[in-house]
Parts: sequence; structure tokens; C-alpha cells
Amino acid sequence: MAEHDPDQSGHHHHDHAHHDHAHDHPHGHPHGHHHDEPSALSETELRVRALQTILIEKGYVEPAALDAIVETYETKIGPHIGAQIVARAWTDPAFKAALLSDASKAAAPFGYRGAVGDHLVAVENTDGTHNMVVCTLCSCYPWDVLGLPPVWYKSFAYRSRAVKEPRAVLADFGVTLPENTEINVWDSTAEVRYIVIPSRPAGTEGWSEQQLAALVTRDSMIGTGLAASPAGGAA
Amino acid sequence: MNGIHDMGGMDGFGPVRPEVDEPVFHAAWEGDLMAITRVMGAIGAWNIDQGRYGIEVLPPNLYLLPYYERWLERFERAIVQYGYADADEIAAGRSLRPGKTVPHGGFRVADVVRVSCRGNFTRQATAAARFALGDRVVAKNVHPRGHTRLPRYVRGKAGTVVRLHGCQVFADSAGMGQGENPQFLYTVQFDGQDLWGPDGDPMLKVSVEAFEPYLDPA
Repeated sequence: MAEHDPDQSGHHHHDHAHHDHAHDHPHGHPHGHHHDEPSALSETELRVRALQTILIEKGYVEPAALDAIVETYETKIGPHIGAQIVARAWTDPAFKAALLSDASKAAAPFGYRGAVGDHLVAVENTDGTHNMVVCTLCSCYPWDVLGLPPVWYKSFAYRSRAVKEPRAVLADFGVTLPENTEINVWDSTAEVRYIVIPSRPAGTEGWSEQQLAALVTRDSMIGTGLAASPAGGAA
Repeated sequence: MNGIHDMGGMDGFGPVRPEVDEPVFHAAWEGDLMAITRVMGAIGAWNIDQGRYGIEVLPPNLYLLPYYERWLERFERAIVQYGYADADEIAAGRSLRPGKTVPHGGFRVADVVRVSCRGNFTRQATAAARFALGDRVVAKNVHPRGHTRLPRYVRGKAGTVVRLHGCQVFADSAGMGQGENPQFLYTVQFDGQDLWGPDGDPMLKVSVEAFEPYLDPA
């Protein structure tokens, strides 16, 4: 593996320890200049704090709302929502039909506070067809059902290659498809968002929705992975 | 614009590197920046297309920064461009004068649920759709200098309309602050070899969402 990664779209690995929001946050001190901890803050952190402070001091936002937004995406909205939708589609043919027909409407009950955004489209993997989702122009992603995208989804490598050599990209994820499998890549260039319904793994007959949801990986709903097999690992 | 952001089909960025057990944020500041960015959208400081354009116009060396650092470069410019703070305030790290009046006296905790669900971009149509399911269309060979969502790799290529999405906010107008100018939106699917030549994957199909002004009949 190359030492130098030409794709610098990921995060830096040197100076960004994961800080605890409860102990490293300016929100309670909008007028403070943080003299107690300057050496602990990177230039990037200081720049973000400056912006945060300006927004609070100008009254554009109350500090607690900022924490609540972060908390929403750290704890409430994530791929568990999509996994429940897929598990229901695997067990309820009428729901699957509704999901394929109008995903925003069908998936709404699973969304945070009973809603997912408009323009959601579900695409189903079959024996002969595999679906993969990308945004080549930025990093559009179905936040409402999968949460915030992983770094690799936002990476220049994924954005550039998914539409041209999806099988090579799948190989980076350890996934190999039969040569005669058709691959449909959906480049999210407007406000339409896609969720992939992966194939249900064999050996899961009679499983509950809850058991099945545990097999639905985030990557399987983007199309860079398959659902996990009951025995562990990709099906 | 034909910017560095339009990456579909480029070579040279190396392998995709999935991260095991990846955290939602890799540092607290990433979450903080995401939150203030969402707030500025919610109070109407700039729309989502203006936000995207604000990243596209970054000089390429800044565009190539990691994702949230790119967001930071965009935010520092946009907050000044749209009049919500001044450059001396960013340098000082604090407010030096009263800000703009914002709706409802600012963004509150009670508003968080509202921004946690995507908006609706559908608008009333004022004309009939020009294309129907199954129609063969060609993506125009156009190179607008401003914001556009027609990627270079499909321009001049023929494809098939496979989904209809009604009439939606036209990114090319909204991104330039020229109003919503709603246009019909279609999913257009292309054969891999039509995009990438005879060496392309014969089993590949690639689709984009294309606004009606991007398309001609094939």
C-alpha cells in the first residue's frame, strides 16, 4: 500500500484527537477567548471557534441549538434508519412495492420524527443487477436514512472512479460480482437521493425484522457492499 | 463551471479506503462546522446551490483540502459575501458590530428538528414536460461559467429517460442567486461504453439527474 495517498479528501491524521463535546466547547462562553487552552487548539479549531462565536454573538443562533444539531447526527439519524427500511422491504412485499414506487412516502414512518426528505428513490439489487450510488460533483447522500456520509464516500477516489470503473471500486471493498451482472451507478446530480435495497442473504428464512436489520450494513445501502451473511461477513 | 469539483471519470486519486468503525466526526470541530453551516442554511443566508457554488469557486488547491477544511474555506468567504459578518470580525474571532436581522430572532433549539429533514424542491410547473419515459435524449455540449449540475462526462452523450421527477428548483439559477426558475427534472441513463469508449465496462449503466434545459432530443 502506497505511503503517499494522492487523495487528500479525507481527514488529517496528525492533530485532530476526537474531543469530548461536553468538555471542549465554547458554547457556554461566547465571549471567552479561551486563554486557558490556546496551546491545545489547532489553527483549524480556532478558525471554527471564531465563526461559532460570531454567529452566537450576533444572535443568529443560540449555543444549545448547535450542540443539538451535532447530537442529532451523532446519535439519532444514521444508517440504522435505512437498515430498518430494508429489513421491512425484505419481509413485506407490499411495503417493498410501495418503497420502490414512492420511497419518501413509504419510508417516512422510519425517519427521525416520522419523516424522511422528499425525492428519495429506492433501487433494488436482483440476481442480475447491482446498484451503486455516488455524487461526482460534491457529496450528495441520503442523510435522512443513512446519516452523514463516511469519509470514503466524499473522497476524490470514489467520486472520480465510481462512474467509470465500479468493479475496481468494489474490489477496494472486497466485493466481486459476476461478470454478467449489470451495474447501475446512480450519480446524484440534483436533489434526488438514492438508497439501495441489497439482496436478502440466504439462510435467513424466518428471521425477524430486527434480526435482519442487523445484517444491513451502511455500505450495502450505498452499493459498495453486500448485506452481511448470517454466519458473519458479506453474503 | 468546468471546475476541479467535476470529478467523474478522472484518474489518479488512488484507491478508495474504507475505514472500519468510522466515527461520525473525526474531531469535534467538524461537527461544530457542520452545525453552523446548517444554521446558515436554515436562516436563509445562502441556499444549498449557492453553498455548492461557494465550494466550486475555491481555487483548486483549496478545493483539494479534506472535506470539512473545504467547508471551512467556503464558510469564511460566504459569511462575508452574503453580509452576515465582516472580514475584520473573522480575523478578530468575535463580533465587532450588530449583525443582520434574521427570521424569528435567530435559530433556536426548537428549530433543530426542522433542519434534520431535507426540504422539498418540487415546484408548480408552468408548461408541459418536454420528455417522457423511454425517450432518447442528448446531454447538451455546454460549458456554463456559473453553477451547473451537468457533469462534463455526459455532455454530448446520448441516453434514455428512465425516471421523471416533476418540476424542481433549477440549480443553475438558484446557485447564482437568480431565483428558483423551476425546470423539469429527469433521470437519464447512459451506457458505460457510450461514456468511456470500447474499453468501458459493457455491463455498466450510469445515470445522472438532468434538468430539462440540459437536454435535447436524440
